[in-house]
Amino acid sequence: MDFAFSEEQEQLRGFARDFLAERYDDVRLAQIADSETGVDAEVWAKLAEMGWLDAELTFLDQAVLLEETGYRPLAAPYFSTAVLAAPALDDETAKQVGEGRLTATLAWAEPGVPQGLLDAAGATVSGGRLTGEKVLVPDGAAVDLFVVTTADGLYAVDASDAAVTPHGALDGTRRPASVRFDGAPARPLASGDTAAELLGRIRDRAYAAVALEAVGVAQRALDLLVAYAKDRKQFGKPIGVYQAVSHKASDVYVRLQEARSLAYWAAWCVAENDPMARQACLAAKAFAGEAAVFACENAIQGHGGIGFTWEHVLHRYYKRAQWLAAFDGPARAQRAEVAAFLMD
Amino acid sequence: MDFRDTPEEAAFRAELRSWLQENASHREVEAGRGDFDALRAWGGRLYSAGYVGLTWPEGFGGRGLSPTYQAIYLEESARADAPGHPGVIGLNMAGPTIIAWGTDEQKQRYLKLLLSGEEIWCQGFSEPGSGSDLAAGRTSAVLDGDHWVVNGQKVWSSYAHKADWCILVVRTDPDAPKHAGLSYLIVDMHAPGVTVRPLHQITGDPEFNEIFFDDVRVPRDSMLGRPGDGWKVAMTTLLHERGTLGFALSAELERMVNHLVELVRRPGPDGRRPADDPLIRDAVAREWIEMQSLRFTNYRALTTLLETGIPGPEGSGVKLAWSEANQRLTSLAQSVFGLHAQVTGDDAPWNGFWQYWQLRSRGNTIEAGTSEILRNIIAERVLGLPKGR
Ligand SMILES: Cc1cc2nc3c(=O)[nH]c(=O)nc-3n(C[C@H](O)[C@H](O)[C@H](O)COP(=O)(O)OP(=O)(O)OC[C@H]3O[C@@H](n4cnc5c(N)ncnc54)[C@H](O)[C@@H]3O)c2cc1C
Repeated sequence: MDFAFSEEQEQLRGFARDFLAERYDDVRLAQIADSETGVDAEVWAKLAEMGWLDAELTFLDQAVLLEETGYRPLAAPYFSTAVLAAPALDDETAKQVGEGRLTATLAWAEPGVPQGLLDAAGATVSGGRLTGEKVLVPDGAAVDLFVVTTADGLYAVDASDAAVTPHGALDGTRRPASVRFDGAPARPLASGDTAAELLGRIRDRAYAAVALEAVGVAQRALDLLVAYAKDRKQFGKPIGVYQAVSHKASDVYVRLQEARSLAYWAAWCVAENDPMARQACLAAKAFAGEAAVFACENAIQGHGGIGFTWEHVLHRYYKRAQWLAAFDGPARAQRAEVAAFLMD
Repeated sequence: MDFRDTPEEAAFRAELRSWLQENASHREVEAGRGDFDALRAWGGRLYSAGYVGLTWPEGFGGRGLSPTYQAIYLEESARADAPGHPGVIGLNMAGPTIIAWGTDEQKQRYLKLLLSGEEIWCQGFSEPGSGSDLAAGRTSAVLDGDHWVVNGQKVWSSYAHKADWCILVVRTDPDAPKHAGLSYLIVDMHAPGVTVRPLHQITGDPEFNEIFFDDVRVPRDSMLGRPGDGWKVAMTTLLHERGTLGFALSAELERMVNHLVELVRRPGPDGRRPADDPLIRDAVAREWIEMQSLRFTNYRALTTLLETGIPGPEGSGVKLAWSEANQRLTSLAQSVFGLHAQVTGDDAPWNGFWQYWQLRSRGNTIEAGTSEILRNIIAERVLGLPKGR
């Protein structure tokens, strides 16, 4: 049993952390999140340059990046492209992604029906043309290409061939859109059992990725809480001496460590196609999503009034944490699946 | 990163698994609680088969293996629902402290008999006036020729009524500052002047005791470290007690989760299957996830230990999280029985298993450092927050 990332992966982590910290300090992050699009348009070429979009990256390499983009939210459709869409793309399209020429996302949920990643899709394709309506498409207004789930498998549709309605969102750097396809030209990516199997793998990966981002979010919230507890004085002492404050930090620390262990386990299972991948990813997503929310809520409480302001960065993390916790259903939905493994 | 066993580890695991299958009979499983002689016999068999002291030095009855093997042993033992070793205090606390601080003579004298379960140990740290504040202990030891003369009282000492030896924190210098006046003795529990009085826990079992020391003469060389080293030596013990590597805890939780799953899948007293209740399903899944998170946190800390020689800080919360998980889990199990959970004796559901463990779990957040003290330690030592005292 070896739980450590490789030296190269730790190097990648260091680069990523520095790059993101420099590019997205808290002020800049707020500016982008409150901007018209919520996207830093220039960063994409840089990501390609740094190799973050390379098809050769293993999922463990990506895991490092995902954790860091939770610690400092990356205002670009990286999660959507690299995690949700990339596994479905053909080689030619994947190459364009790798070169930084294309962003993509996955469109699965439909209005008025169950909206899980593995629920049946009603969108249809006939004669190479796709018709249907998708909602809550992550980064839907920020990408060039949609991978679309349909009753006949997975298809690729250019964003320019779809009617995209962007939505405002609590998390300004990851906004959903509604997307309508009215006989849009569609390229088949996978069908039948292959499509179902692929979608299952995309979901596992997405759960692991959500957990990793959540770990980054929780770590930042904890760091902010600890720094403030050392600095802020009340009744003549730093508030960190009060156990009502310090014990919150300890509890967040413990949950964060547990979440991190599960997230790395899940990431390894995905990278290795391990037989436990499904359970590991369900467990990691359920636990880490809730841990990130828990961390942010405790950090806000520990900051008093300042933590409740729009100016303070904490609410940005809180809202990202809420997005992560809600992704493809709340933790209880994943626990229900774990329960089925255990009890049925 | 690689979560698979190496070929050597896999071979060890397979061998152990089949050994447990052949040897952990039902009678011994039952003995896990209550029948101490049967448990002692089991400890002897475990030792002869080479499964006790896996990580201890080879010259002293151990096998000198990496901690990974101990983790494998604990996991497989829990999965086979095999009983533990009878000498928990010796194995987890006294032994590692002797290995770290003892002279070769002391190691020679104590370690083998401890491993085989022939000699049982207890821990005399807590006193009526000093629990969390361990360094405030007042039990004294005064040098008289070749002996320390010990006077005072200890309390909450688990298995002292079975014990042959006690690791004892005493004050040898009343004038030195609090921590610096402490020393660490190994005391013969059969020596004249030692009186043990059992205390019944909320389970009804007399698992812990008061120990009174009246002019107990302890040979001068029965000390670990030097006079004044007591605090440092005691910290070694506590590090191991709280689980330097908490595999014992995560494995124990795995055993309990397995029992819980078994419980909810059977029809309950009202004929309904608890596993058909979505709230129970959610709660059981939650504990399974918690168990995995602690297991892998232990593996993460182990990786740090193997790489750097020091266990990683990530493991410092394992005892804290485990104790609360065990409390939730056992309460959940009891809730399944409704008021039947109250019935004791031969008619008790599951022979009283859940009753006992639910009540016993309340001690988990007190023993080996209360949860409040553990939160203080994480806040101060891991997160670097200012000390509250
Ligand atoms: C099942 C069981 C087995 C045990 N076995 C042994 C054994 O074998 N050998 C042995 O020596 N001892 C043993 N103990 C004793 C155990 O170590 C002590 O009970 C424990 O350290 C607490 O000490 P105390 O009981 O004096 O409580 P106190 O220290 O008086 O604590 C009372 C309450 O105050 C809180 N508190 C105290 N100080 C602080 C602080 N600074 N900040 C916040 N809260 C605080 C505590 O958390 C607790 O809730 C055992 C206890 C139990 C329950």
